[in-house]
Amino acid sequence: MGVGIQVEDLNAWYGSTHTLQDINLHIPANHATALIGPSGCGKSTFVRCLNRMHETNPIARATGVVKMGEIDIYREASPVEIRRRVGMVFQRPNPFPTMSIYDNVISGLKLNGFRNRRILDETVERSLKQAALWEEVKDDLKKKSGASLSGGQQQRMCIARALAVDPEVLLMDEPASALDPVSTSKIEDLIFQLKTQYTIVIVTHNMQQAARVAENTGFFLNGKLVEFDSTHKIFTNPRDKRTEDYITGRFG
Amino acid sequence: MRVKFHQSLDELKERLLVMAGMAEQAIQRSIEAYRTRDLSICELVLRSEPAINRLEREIDQMALDLLAMEQPMAIDLRFILSVIRINADLERVGDQAVNIAIRVREMGAFANIDLPVDIPKLAEMASAMVRKALQAFIEGDAEMADSVFDMDDQVDKMNDAAYYALSTLIKEKPELTPQSLNALIIARNLERVGDHATNIAEDVIFWVRGADVRHHAAS
Repeated sequence: MGVGIQVEDLNAWYGSTHTLQDINLHIPANHATALIGPSGCGKSTFVRCLNRMHETNPIARATGVVKMGEIDIYREASPVEIRRRVGMVFQRPNPFPTMSIYDNVISGLKLNGFRNRRILDETVERSLKQAALWEEVKDDLKKKSGASLSGGQQQRMCIARALAVDPEVLLMDEPASALDPVSTSKIEDLIFQLKTQYTIVIVTHNMQQAARVAENTGFFLNGKLVEFDSTHKIFTNPRDKRTEDYITGRFG
Repeated sequence: MRVKFHQSLDELKERLLVMAGMAEQAIQRSIEAYRTRDLSICELVLRSEPAINRLEREIDQMALDLLAMEQPMAIDLRFILSVIRINADLERVGDQAVNIAIRVREMGAFANIDLPVDIPKLAEMASAMVRKALQAFIEGDAEMADSVFDMDDQVDKMNDAAYYALSTLIKEKPELTPQSLNALIIARNLERVGDHATNIAEDVIFWVRGADVRHHAAS
């Protein structure tokens, strides 16, 4: 099951650039939360702070508190432990090209030392079913490489890979922006189903997508969280003029 | 900046204002026909209806295209939804004008008598409501739209008074029933015009504030 995420006074820097400023918000468990905003507004940096990927850049740093459930991820857990609990899906599908579909899905588990064949088989089937890809690839699991799948299938395989380690939170950074409308629709259907089991945070430039899949939406601008509210409120009657100007295209 | 989209919204507003002008003119003409019993004015009202209906469809299509092609959000989405509703109300205002013109034509077959109801005054009040609601729409002024609701109470009272006076007249002088009944229906048509103005005011408030105040709903 997913856990809620509590963010308190989160600040982040790249070198001397203050990219996130005093972010406070609560992301509820087992819901999809969308983050919107113009390029460079800090939404991807924010997501990378939720799984401690931000600090992998040598000139980057972050301060503040991020709690996954009861655990303060910067003080009470290692980056490796956090990345097991927090899966991430990126804009472009990133299969390991030389690995089969099967090996792609269990790569995270193998990294964590799992070797039991029966458990690995079960995990592959469960994860691919959760990612709505099982029926399309079940006969080619070890025959085909992950890179031989279509773009939409590759992205669902990457979702299966993220789910295989049984995370509590799934971060998605523009997961459908490189996909065609049919594949996009499959990813959105998937998000809709997965949020009953996981807490999902999705960064998107597609506001209709945010409106379709997320219960809550946050609008970022210039490193600040301008508004965070129910998606319905944000897209029909936002409180802040800057949010309204952005979503109605009066911005810039 | 979505320049083309916002120009299209301005065009939609302009078309709706043309529709409003046609509906207002139809009501004014129907009352002029009542006042003068001039059947040629009745014909003018009846002939204007197809043009109003055509414009209603045209505006709906423009709004539908914008919804489908531009996928508007927030205040733009509320604006387009309000335009669709106001458009339907204006078409109904045109229908009320046609109904009044038909009644006036029927009254032409009977003696022109003094009735205990001031239809022109009721018409002026209902038309003022429509004008104020449309002014609120033009200026995006929710407070001005609020003031339309008080005017509706006055129109309702005038309609109630007309009903009482005319039904009493029918009882006392049954030979005046045809004229009285037609006047009663015209008063009812004008009361409906006031209701449409109220709807328009509610739509302006929805557009500007995002608040649904229909049926006294608290948003």
